[in-house]
Amino acid sequence: MYESFFKLIKGIPLTLEVVIISTILGFFLAILVALMRISKKGYLNKTAYYFVYAVRGTPLLLQIFFIYYGLAQFSFIQDSFLWIVLKDPFWCAIIALTLNTCAYSSEIIRGGIQSVSKGYLEAGSALGMGRILSFRIIMLPLAIRQALPAYGNELILMVKASSLVSTVTLMEITGIARKIISQTFAPIEIFLVAGSIYLLINFLITRGIKAAENKLTPDLA
Amino acid sequence: MLELLSFGDQGWGDEMLLAGLMTILVSLSSVCLGLLIGVILASFKLSKSRILKLIAEVYTTVVRGVPELLVIYLLFFGGSSAVMYFAKMFGYDGYIELNAFTIGTFAVGAISGAYSTEVIRGAILAVPKGQFEVGETLGMSKFQMNLRIIFPQVARLALPGIGNVWQITLKDTSLISVTALVEIMRQAKVAAASEHEPFVFYTTAIVLYLLITTGSNKFFNRAEKKFSKGFVIEEST
Repeated sequence: MYESFFKLIKGIPLTLEVVIISTILGFFLAILVALMRISKKGYLNKTAYYFVYAVRGTPLLLQIFFIYYGLAQFSFIQDSFLWIVLKDPFWCAIIALTLNTCAYSSEIIRGGIQSVSKGYLEAGSALGMGRILSFRIIMLPLAIRQALPAYGNELILMVKASSLVSTVTLMEITGIARKIISQTFAPIEIFLVAGSIYLLINFLITRGIKAAENKLTPDLA
Repeated sequence: MLELLSFGDQGWGDEMLLAGLMTILVSLSSVCLGLLIGVILASFKLSKSRILKLIAEVYTTVVRGVPELLVIYLLFFGGSSAVMYFAKMFGYDGYIELNAFTIGTFAVGAISGAYSTEVIRGAILAVPKGQFEVGETLGMSKFQMNLRIIFPQVARLALPGIGNVWQITLKDTSLISVTALVEIMRQAKVAAASEHEPFVFYTTAIVLYLLITTGSNKFFNRAEKKFSKGFVIEEST
């Protein structure tokens, strides 16, 4: 048990790295997609809608394989500058996870934005704020506060989803777990140890989100 | 490129479609198992017994907090030995190997069950208390009341949630491709490897999944409309 514990914790940095990089990239892209979804321009709206639909309608595992193996098939991609990124399983995994969290969180952010009442924005423009300024300092903080609980769930889903990068040779917690299981045939023990590590990470995230929620809602705390 | 996807011995078209059917079959059986687990655990959660509550709470926390792939590895590598262990207790001493479909259904169903539990629990809590009292007033037994008054309402209230669980489960079945069950993902991998055309087959797989999700979306929308006849559907804004 101890032995497998020390082997498995070596996977934590990679798991966290994958989760953190793709969550940050995905978050900023998600704001963009959410804005496209609520824009009145038909083509922006449609593009965002179909993007979200396609990502949410297909399994992440398939997306990872499509990006890592599917795109690598073409010689023009292998010759292009994209190859620096696409030949590396790490970056392919990051791309897939980023697109994934982008699609899910864009819906969460959209819900948050649409929950902000118009009056606040009108107040902003009455004070002479421009559209970008009032978006940044009025809309975004309120939308984030509204969207935070759902976004916390998304973070937990991301930690779980990061386990799939083990299928493209990245040895994070689940990858190591699978390797030890096939060597030792002790699936229950490894499941308990690896599972506890994931539960601990997710517990910390839940706590962090709760703390952020309290901080952002001083009037309720 | 198109002959790769043709039907018959030359192409992979028919194989891919069969794999699509397999995906639907595994998803259906997993969701059914999941709903069964969900009903049982939801009643545990709403019961007065502390132990039952704790069991249900631990189950849903663990299954929802641990990666699906890990659960699948556990059942894939540990499932057969667990069954053999139990068989030994009943005096059977041979070697038992579960087939990939059974293991897949149990693994994905177990995950699906954790999500269904929350959906069903929410639906039961959403049935107004008066409905239970009406049953008592009419002198119904508890079983009659549950069957005739509570169950139809829970089913209606749980429908949108079950639609979500179905989508999650459908996508989770792609993970059991690691157990060699020939569903869409596995078939695409095999075909891509043997033809050296990963792009074609993974694109086909994407299309198949999108067709299934679009179809099931339509189905659930229609079902929701049908079962909410006479009710005001609360539009979420």
